[in-house]
Order: sequence, then C-alpha cells, then structure tokens
Amino acid sequence: MGKHNFRYFFREGISNMFSHGFMSFAAIGITVACLLIMGTFTLVAVNANQQLKDMEKDNEMLAYVDESYTTEQARMLQKEIEAQPNVASVTFITREEAMKEFQEKYADETLFQDLDPQILRDRYAVKTVNIQLTGETKEALEKVKGIASVTAYEEISDGLITVRNIATVVCMTLIVILLVVSVFIISNTIKLTTFDRREEIAIMRMVGATNSFIRWPFVYEGFMLGFTGAVIAFLLQWALYEAVTRGVESSDTLQLISVVNFGQLWVPVAATFLIAGVVIGVGGSLSAIRRFLQV
Amino acid sequence: MIRLKDVEMEYDNGTQAIRGITLTIEDGEFLFLVGPSGAGKSTIIKLLTGEVEPSCGRIMINGFSVSNITDKQLPIMRRTVGVIFQDFRLIEKKTVYDNLAFVMRAVGAGEKELRKRIPYVLKLVGLEEKATHYPTELSGGEQQRVAIARALVNNPTTIIADEPTGNLDPERSLELMRLLVKINSLGTTVVVVTHEKDLVDRFEKRVVTIDGGRIINDSVGGYVGGHIHGKA
Repeated sequence: MGKHNFRYFFREGISNMFSHGFMSFAAIGITVACLLIMGTFTLVAVNANQQLKDMEKDNEMLAYVDESYTTEQARMLQKEIEAQPNVASVTFITREEAMKEFQEKYADETLFQDLDPQILRDRYAVKTVNIQLTGETKEALEKVKGIASVTAYEEISDGLITVRNIATVVCMTLIVILLVVSVFIISNTIKLTTFDRREEIAIMRMVGATNSFIRWPFVYEGFMLGFTGAVIAFLLQWALYEAVTRGVESSDTLQLISVVNFGQLWVPVAATFLIAGVVIGVGGSLSAIRRFLQV
Repeated sequence: MIRLKDVEMEYDNGTQAIRGITLTIEDGEFLFLVGPSGAGKSTIIKLLTGEVEPSCGRIMINGFSVSNITDKQLPIMRRTVGVIFQDFRLIEKKTVYDNLAFVMRAVGAGEKELRKRIPYVLKLVGLEEKATHYPTELSGGEQQRVAIARALVNNPTTIIADEPTGNLDPERSLELMRLLVKINSLGTTVVVVTHEKDLVDRFEKRVVTIDGGRIINDSVGGYVGGHIHGKA
C-alpha cells in the first residue's frame, strides 16, 4: 500500500464516517456501552479476586488442641498439622499467650483481667494456601488426633468466591452478547455506507480495482468507529472507577473493601478496550463489505 | 485482441442468451455490435467485462482467458477494457476531475500521474474547462464525454460503449461517435453497441449483427431497418 493510498483510504474512511453521522454516532455509542459494561463487570471480578487474595494472605483458622494435652504434648502436633494439604504456615499459641491476647483485646473489661489461662486451650493458627479449600482443610485438621475443634470463617470466603464467580460468569456472557451486538450495529452502519456508495463500488470494480482497494476505506471507517468508541469508553470507565473508589473509601460500611488502584489497572484496561474496539469495528466492516465484493 | 470461440451463455433461470458465437476483433479495430432488444448484446458486454462467465466456449481478451480467469487476474484484465454506459454512471457528488481521479486511484495511480493524465484526457474529449464542474452542471453530451474520459483515463487497449448515444440528441450523438472514431484512430480498439441505424450508416465500419443469441451478419457497412446492408 503506497503512502498516497494510505492517505486516500484514511480520508475516504473519515468521510464515510461523517456522511452517515447519526449511524456513526449510534455505532460509537453502542460500542462505548458494550465496552463499559464489559469493563465494569471485569473490574468487579478483578477486585473480588484481589479481595480473595488478600484474605488468603490474612485468613487463618484456629485449630484447638484437646484440653487433656499438656503444652509439651500439644507442641508435638505441629509437624502433623504442617503436613496437611493446603497448609501454608502454622503458629503454635499457648494458653497463656492466648489469654494475654484476649485480655489485651478487652483491656477495658476488668472482669476478664483475672481469668485463669487454664480455661483456654492451646491452639494452632493455621494459614492456608488456597482459600477456596478452607472447608476441606478444616475437615483434615479436625481428623488430626489431639485436635479438639477447628474454627474457620468459611462464610466470608464463600461469599467472596460467589461474588467473583458470578461476576466472571456475567462478564463472560455479557462479553459474548455485547460483542455480537456491537459487530452487528457497526456492520449495519458500514452496510449503509456501502449501499450509498454501491455505484462507486461497481465502477471501481469495472475499471479494475482490486477487492482489497475497495475494502480498505470501509475497514478504516470501521477501525475509526471502534477506536473512537474504545477511547471514549476508556475515559468513562476511568471516571466511573474513580467515582466508585471514592464512594467506597468514604463509606463507613464499605471501608473493609480495599479497591485496587486504577493506576495498576489502566494499561490492561486500555489495551483490552482498544483491541476489543478495533476488533468490533474492523470485524463489522469486513462482514458488511463482503457481500459487495462477490460480483 | 478479443476472441470468442463457440461461446454459449445460459443464465441460472434457463434463458439461453448466447448460442455458439465465434467472433474475432483485432487490435485497433472499430466495430458496431447491433441487434434488436433481447438479441444478446448486453450479455456479450457482460462476458467481455468478466461480469458473467460463459456456460461453454472460450473468451480471450487482451491476452486473458476470461473463461477460467482467477479472482486475482480479473481486475488486471478489466484495466485493459474501458466501459461507457448509456446512463453515464458518473458520481454526482464528485467533480469531473474527481470522477476521473477516483478510477485512476482505484488502479493504484499516484497523485503526480493523476495531475498529468487527467488534463490530457479532458482535453482529448474537449472538456478541459469543465474539470471543476459537477456532473449535474453539465449537459447530457458533456456528461457522456466525461464518461468517455473516465473510460480512457486508465489507458485501456479496448473501449466498450454500451448504447453510448441512447440519452443524446442526434447532433450530440454524431459528435460523440466522431470522438470515438478519433480515439480509435489513436490505436484503441472500440466496440460500440447500438441500435441507432442512422449512426451506423454514417460510418464505414465493421458491423456485427446478432439476433436470438447468434451472429447473423458480420460485414463492413450500414444497418438498415433491422437488416444488414452488407458490403464485405
């Protein structure tokens, strides 16, 4: 492709875009909407995933040693607990340490300050590798001889896993549906342009223009529609994300949720939007022009 | 050179448009293709421009075998043939210059080439002053001359004119035919499809008459009342 051809294709593509302003506006609008919805669900899934990772890092279950065991006997269970699947690290906590921690936590309650550590049990703080296997790990620890009971906060991890899974499924479904809708709308926009220019296309074919020469201006038009949609969608997504982040940070009830900084996400979001926008635009234009190139 | 050998053409709906036509048109020749409506003239043009493929037989145009031409070769073959239509088929939103420029760009010509070739061709058809006009600002005769210029601008070896005078008055028709003869004198093969006997009679050129998809006469001379006034 010569440089004059490139300029010609580009000029024709832009001219096509403006000659059907309303349809171009609709095509860009639907692309923005599709990318924004896809992006929002993807970012929810990313954040849910990040929360899970944070929980994996911090989450620990407590395995209480049978109270008939002495502290020395209790210490000897450590190797067996470490050998259980999905166990990342194990910390032994004596009755005395547990009582001290308890009393520190309730320092204002004088009633708790004179308690005998013997009312508590020695325990192991166990961190897991994969939070999704919390239930299985709990069951395995309960089977260890000398472990009386295990407490784990399965509800929270299960809740987050559910949020992440729903976000992923909704995201994937929406991506497929919205991609098809976007390609269809852009394809129809380009079809309108090709219909308007069918005489030119017929003449170009008659004088010996190659299919690729005829196709390029329409491909550029689709590219420009998709690209413009992607840029607008990215800017809106950024603004929306920042607004939600500020909302979460200033909320009393949602402060526990740590939102991933957009600075860490903008590169993959921008790349995905641009690739998706261009694929939608070019795919739509190619599907529209195919029919006109079959004579 | 154009050569048709035992060409038959049957459309998908079963219409037998061409029945065993054999015809040779030498380089630089001027030929009238005449016949009544439905004789098969339009089908021959479609065959010569590669719009349709023959059901059987062979067609060679300027070194290309149209009967089994590939998708890649077809545009190259079409660059050797310029077509002029009865209804001009100009792009109304483009100026005369741009109507010519866009067909030159379509075959990959550069801007420098355009600036050199277009004024030359417009001068040849007598429209050098109308380059910036839009087709709707021109008379029918001028529009047809723009169509001729467009057919010529890519320097084809053959010009096929399909009823080029159909929308023109007799005076303009004669003027246009003289222009085609002038183009032919410069070395371009010209095939004119027409049913206007007065025009054909005025020129001592080869006349091929077809009817019912067959050639019924091939001679040099006029065309009177639907019958050939043969001289060959």
